[in-house]
Amino acid sequence: MNYFPDEVTEHVFDFVTSHKDRNAISLVCKSWYKIERYSRQRVFIGNCYAINPERLLRRFPCLKSLTLKGKPHFADFNLVPHEWGGFVQPWIEALARSRVGLEELRLKRMVVTDESLELLSRSFPNFKSLVLVSCEGFTTDGLASIAANCRHIRDLDLQENEIDDHRGQWLSCFPDTCTSLVTLNFACLEGETNLVALERLVARSPNLKSLKLNRAVPLDALARLMACAPQIVDLGVGSYENDRESEPYLKLEAAIKKCTSLRSLSGFLEAAPHCLSAFHPICHNLTSLNLSYAAEIHSSHLIKLIQHCNKLQRLWILDSIGDKGLAVVASTCKELQELRVFPSDLVGGGNTAVTEDGLVAISAGCTKLHSILYFCQQMTNAALITVAKNCPNFIRFRLCILEPNKPDHVTSGPLDEGFGAIVRACKSLRRLSLSGLLTDQVFHYIGKYAHELEMLSIAFAGDTDKGMLYVLDGCKKMRKLEIRDSPFGDTALLADVNKYETMRSLWMSSCEVTLGGCKRIAQIAPWLNVEIINENNNNRMEENGHEGRQEVDKLYLYRTVVGTRTDAPPFVWIL
Amino acid sequence: MTPEEELQSNVSVASSSPTSNCISRSTAAGGLKEHNYLGLSDCSSVGSSTLSGLAEDDKATISLKATELTLGLPGSQSPPRDTELNLLSPAKLDEKPFFPLLPTKDEICSSSQKNIASGNKRGFSDTMDQFSEAKSSVYTEKNWMFPEAAATQSVVKKEVTQSVPKGQSSTTNNSSSPPAAKAQIVGWPPVRSYRKNTLATACKNSDEVDGRPGSGALFVKVSMDGAPYLRKVDLRSYTNYGELSSALEKMFTTFTLGQCGANGATGKDMLSETKLKDLLNGKDYVLTYEDKDGDWMLVGDVPWEMFIDVCKKLKIMKGSDAIGLAAAPRAMEKSKMRA
Repeated sequence: MNYFPDEVTEHVFDFVTSHKDRNAISLVCKSWYKIERYSRQRVFIGNCYAINPERLLRRFPCLKSLTLKGKPHFADFNLVPHEWGGFVQPWIEALARSRVGLEELRLKRMVVTDESLELLSRSFPNFKSLVLVSCEGFTTDGLASIAANCRHIRDLDLQENEIDDHRGQWLSCFPDTCTSLVTLNFACLEGETNLVALERLVARSPNLKSLKLNRAVPLDALARLMACAPQIVDLGVGSYENDRESEPYLKLEAAIKKCTSLRSLSGFLEAAPHCLSAFHPICHNLTSLNLSYAAEIHSSHLIKLIQHCNKLQRLWILDSIGDKGLAVVASTCKELQELRVFPSDLVGGGNTAVTEDGLVAISAGCTKLHSILYFCQQMTNAALITVAKNCPNFIRFRLCILEPNKPDHVTSGPLDEGFGAIVRACKSLRRLSLSGLLTDQVFHYIGKYAHELEMLSIAFAGDTDKGMLYVLDGCKKMRKLEIRDSPFGDTALLADVNKYETMRSLWMSSCEVTLGGCKRIAQIAPWLNVEIINENNNNRMEENGHEGRQEVDKLYLYRTVVGTRTDAPPFVWIL
Repeated sequence: MTPEEELQSNVSVASSSPTSNCISRSTAAGGLKEHNYLGLSDCSSVGSSTLSGLAEDDKATISLKATELTLGLPGSQSPPRDTELNLLSPAKLDEKPFFPLLPTKDEICSSSQKNIASGNKRGFSDTMDQFSEAKSSVYTEKNWMFPEAAATQSVVKKEVTQSVPKGQSSTTNNSSSPPAAKAQIVGWPPVRSYRKNTLATACKNSDEVDGRPGSGALFVKVSMDGAPYLRKVDLRSYTNYGELSSALEKMFTTFTLGQCGANGATGKDMLSETKLKDLLNGKDYVLTYEDKDGDWMLVGDVPWEMFIDVCKKLKIMKGSDAIGLAAAPRAMEKSKMRA
């Protein structure tokens, strides 16, 4: 195998960047394994409890970038208690001890503390990039440490985190010598922002490409910021409430016209509806538009904006845009690849903003569409079949009909055929989320046709264990399976325990698995962590002889090479 | 209409769709699986038996209630007690069946656990019964089975209340609109709470959102000394301190009575028996909050509207720990400074 010196092989490997490919390379032979591990700079860990930092560092001593994910996906929907776990502190401590040259840390659904951020900021002199998504546990004091101590900081990207805003002066903690910022995203901060410090920071950051402001940044400040950062590519607007005739607004209009590199627009957290027109001049350049937080903007204004966006590739929007608005999207945005339509009315008070018609229109007009997340009130099999025919290229298809178990509103039957058409047509489908009235039949289709499926989310679906068995049996590439409120029990759970070694994790809540079944799995498969999350009563899961029949609220099991974790709170019972 | 009838009719209307689905599905499957995701069931007579006796039970339990965990709000004697009773009119009963909720198919439908169903249906009112009747642990557990955060619970509550006449959050009308039932499911629709909070805050400032000013949610974390995990509540789903207080009591009594209630297994309890007794004496805990300036204050000193504006976090502290905490004069002073 070794016709080349190691250096040459390593040089070739440098061109291989995807994690999957690098993992595959490392399996070819011992020599390649060795070369690969010393040259791997970016490591992705999808489940922070599947491995520990010591083993990570032993294998990849030269790593520069680490991505870690903590809590299971359903934690986003409050199904996992806050104290469940996913602490980054031990990782940062271990990385600091090993003196690895960490430059980038990307965390998702993890618990981050100010202490962790402080340690991070002091331990890695070349640290450049911090990306936190859906994390919690820290305050702006932690951000101040990063600002103050990371002399080469390039990216500070905070996406949808829960941050305790002490309204301190974290922005003024960036030293005057800090001129390296490329990304600054603090949209999720709730508190006031030191505008002077912000403007000075932006003014001395010539490389700043992405700036996402929080709601405390008003229009006049935005105008000044854009005036000193015309090179901006990605802008998140904060507060936007002035008159069209006011001076700040006019200044903003002028500044926007100069931002010829602007490609991505988001924010509008507090937005007066008419203000979008200031952005019309640059709309034809936009490739990404996120208006999913702009609850106050009426669909007519949204439509007027979108009509100019003919190069849009990614659109996140609220369902207030309506089917009519989606029809405009379909006829304007021919380059659209990803669409997310979020519900604006979470109560579900019968406000049928988008229906199956909107989805069908999009599928007909946007032939390049490959990812969709669509919240709606109703759906039909016919519509889904049409969508499947129009868009056979879906990679991600997530449909959320707001009312559980809702049938096809025309035929009153289950939506099995509709989803079946999707999986049959979309041969590259990797992610699927189901909703509506569904029987075991839909799982039969999924198991039979969804060969590439890696992630499946099931809620209120299926009739018997057969449903889950079809999926476990048929989807060879399944990695993450999450199920809630569906009648799947021990029979399905235990049918093929070895399957779970090929998967990252399985989540089952409010299903019919029993404690006895879970214990059985834990016995058969010591390489799995079988966690029962039990919130009511710490004693509830005691051995009382009836455990065979005692149903489990929440089961989360995942493969791991490091055994049971030691940081689980009392209400998590690891079998 | 008697409370029971209303309740029953609400149940049947509200659960018509899922129940019929359940039935058709289980028939198709050939088995008897009653999946009632809304925590409602027409197989349990709910506590129609208990309902009728409710008024008397309530009175009987008042004295016991007085010794229960209270949050000792300054100037209030666990206010909802009496008002709750008055509110346990048909209107109140209608709301309470929807709260708390059980997301799942549950044992609600299984015969061995009819109590649970009734517990779920009666919500707060049955809590009172629970204390007086010293129900089994199973009952207790089920009663409090909302997965995790009160975020969901309160989202639910908010959703419920918003699907009924706007602006009210404790009393509801008798409409058993399907949207109300649909809105109760915990963690559903699958939208991140960050998004829910953000949208809600945005809505607060808008006058035109569905004609419902101020209808957004405002989630704050609630922690309690000795509790294994914290919860979230939506402050906007309450209109006064009394409602907040009773909701919190309900939420946090799981950590206390829920454990001692049943098997008698107190060995691994988070709280010891002596602490339990303290709780039962009712005066040992106070409710505090952290305001925008980061100071911890006693809840109840400022007008409600001002409170929800400044409250960032809640904490149920032991009375002894709360000594020296900002009392009324300082709170009012701060509020004046803000004005």
